[in-house]
Amino acid sequence: MAYDKFTVLTSTAVPLPTDNVDTDQIIPARFLKATEREGFGDNLFRDWRYDVEGNPKKDFVLNDPTYSGKILVSGRNFGSGSSREHAVWAIYDYGFRCVVSSFFADIFKNNCLNIGVLPVTVSPEFADKLLETITANPETTITVDIPNQKITLDSTGESESFDINEYKKDNMQNGFDDIDYLLNMSDEIDAFAANK
Amino acid sequence: MEKTTLFDKIWDAHVVKSVPAGPDVFFIDKHFIHEVTSPVAFLNLEKRGIGVKNPSRTVATPDHNVPTVDQDKTIKDKLSRMQVERLRENCAKYGIELHDLGSAHHGIVHVIGPELGITQPGMTIVCGDSHTSTHGAFGAIAFGIGTSEVEMVLATQCIMQSKAKKMRITIDGVAGPGVTSKDLILYVIAQISAAGATGYFVEYAGSAIQSLSMEARMTVCNMSIEMGARGGLIAPDETTFEYLKGKQYSPKGEEWDKAVAYWKTLKTDEGAVFDKEYHFDAADIEPMITYGTNPGMGIKVLGNIPTTDGMEGSNKTSYLKSLAYMGFEPGEAIKGKKVDFVFVGSCTNGRIEDIRSVAAFVKGHKKAENITAWIVPGSREVEKMAHEEGLVKILEEAGFELRQPGCSACLAMNDDKIPSGKYAVSTSNRNFEGRQGPGARTMLASPLTVAAVAVKGEICDPREVFLN
Repeated sequence: MAYDKFTVLTSTAVPLPTDNVDTDQIIPARFLKATEREGFGDNLFRDWRYDVEGNPKKDFVLNDPTYSGKILVSGRNFGSGSSREHAVWAIYDYGFRCVVSSFFADIFKNNCLNIGVLPVTVSPEFADKLLETITANPETTITVDIPNQKITLDSTGESESFDINEYKKDNMQNGFDDIDYLLNMSDEIDAFAANK
Repeated sequence: MEKTTLFDKIWDAHVVKSVPAGPDVFFIDKHFIHEVTSPVAFLNLEKRGIGVKNPSRTVATPDHNVPTVDQDKTIKDKLSRMQVERLRENCAKYGIELHDLGSAHHGIVHVIGPELGITQPGMTIVCGDSHTSTHGAFGAIAFGIGTSEVEMVLATQCIMQSKAKKMRITIDGVAGPGVTSKDLILYVIAQISAAGATGYFVEYAGSAIQSLSMEARMTVCNMSIEMGARGGLIAPDETTFEYLKGKQYSPKGEEWDKAVAYWKTLKTDEGAVFDKEYHFDAADIEPMITYGTNPGMGIKVLGNIPTTDGMEGSNKTSYLKSLAYMGFEPGEAIKGKKVDFVFVGSCTNGRIEDIRSVAAFVKGHKKAENITAWIVPGSREVEKMAHEEGLVKILEEAGFELRQPGCSACLAMNDDKIPSGKYAVSTSNRNFEGRQGPGARTMLASPLTVAAVAVKGEICDPREVFLN
């Protein structure tokens, strides 16, 4: 469904310097039993965030009030594993609009773009720089600029450009989703299907 | 004429339109749905006030969260029950074929599709499940999608998709005794890493692949996603046609001949170029097992867990975190490690050949005292065959507990959970933290290795246990 438009976002960020964060960590399978898209943020990173009794684990970053913001900066190969879109729903519902990593799993990246979470791929060096800086200075902000395809560490002005295809870029800026596009070309699809 | 790959041929034949500087509008031949990733898609259709464009192209079955006992009774877990009921309602409302709990062809979606002959060469197949890559074994483009895309397929029979890069993995040579297709794919993933094929669609080729049965090919393609690939496929051949002949949804009569003639054209042209190629020799591959928390962390069962030599930064931190979760030390041998549970099942290894091989190997043995052994058929059809062939009796005499079909302990959405801290050797596909239950420690292996571990009670080489 349509989501909030995304053009330029300036926010503090949450560091998660772990590689291979799979979608079972983002939201464990036992929390996928809903029939509606609500409340998934409560179980974001559930087993890293809470112990078996449901008490917050002090050493996990989401339980550390020092860190907050709409941007999550993670280690390499973020979002691997299951295709569950619930993982992105949980990220969105928690309040993140952008995830930064040096490498994303494919299906996860598609799922993000389909619901209005921006996956920003940066170089491993820049990812390390961001992680170090926001860990040391939680007040530091990062600016993600879709029209100019640029991510900037505001405290130093260091920046990198990132890839996003024109179609998705347009969608993100206007809050459109793919179904709007596909429904508009239903005659072409019908003509194609008739020859199958 | 331009030399093209099998992937190109199928992909290009399904592009309705290429969006300039954007993805392709990609036509989907078959769409599988299950109870967990479809309800929100249907809900959104309702919100938009639109219906299902072509219900005959979608097939449904509840598999992910269903109990594996008492399937004839009402599901006890309220949320699971609601998801299954919602699937029933949605299928009834839109006229979608449903293979419900207890029906003759109920089972894991990636087991029943091939079993019914719904999966065919040259098709494009999607499902809200990453192991949809399984269907690639038939020479189809098959991959997992998110719920927004499930909604797109229901609404329009298309998704917006950028074409992946192409990789070919060639395995030639002959694998030794006790080495299965699960070992082949665990070896490949260990070689190229859990992210090594991200951005690619993989074609598996070579004599060691061609000599595999359809079920063994499905195991290979199933785990493509575990190295990050969108999917994996194998060119159809006589083995494929033989498997499909006479299946319920396979073409019949003249249609069959026409289909086979087309299917025979589905192969990569000699000289076609891939973006990346790997070559492996099956003779180098031994029974494999994973020791860490992603499927790329695999070694031969006779090997040692890698040391941290040469690792640094977040790579080393993540590695040590993974071993700490597993309770293992860098450099130690994996053989001899104590095990608590074995699980035979899942869309990776829950087919009849898997159950046959476990039964053949444990016949006349008993499981070790310390082991709880679960065997969960991939479908009702598999369960039926296992009974008819006397396999269930053999397995029960060996101390295995046979359960009813479903995804079960592969992802532990139902009650089939490995307790926290316990070790499970599993024929499934993922060893992520908590995958088989909070705190559960999973080691992935072939059905043969699992059979050997069940008997010995600890990590061991199936060749030492059974082949002597």
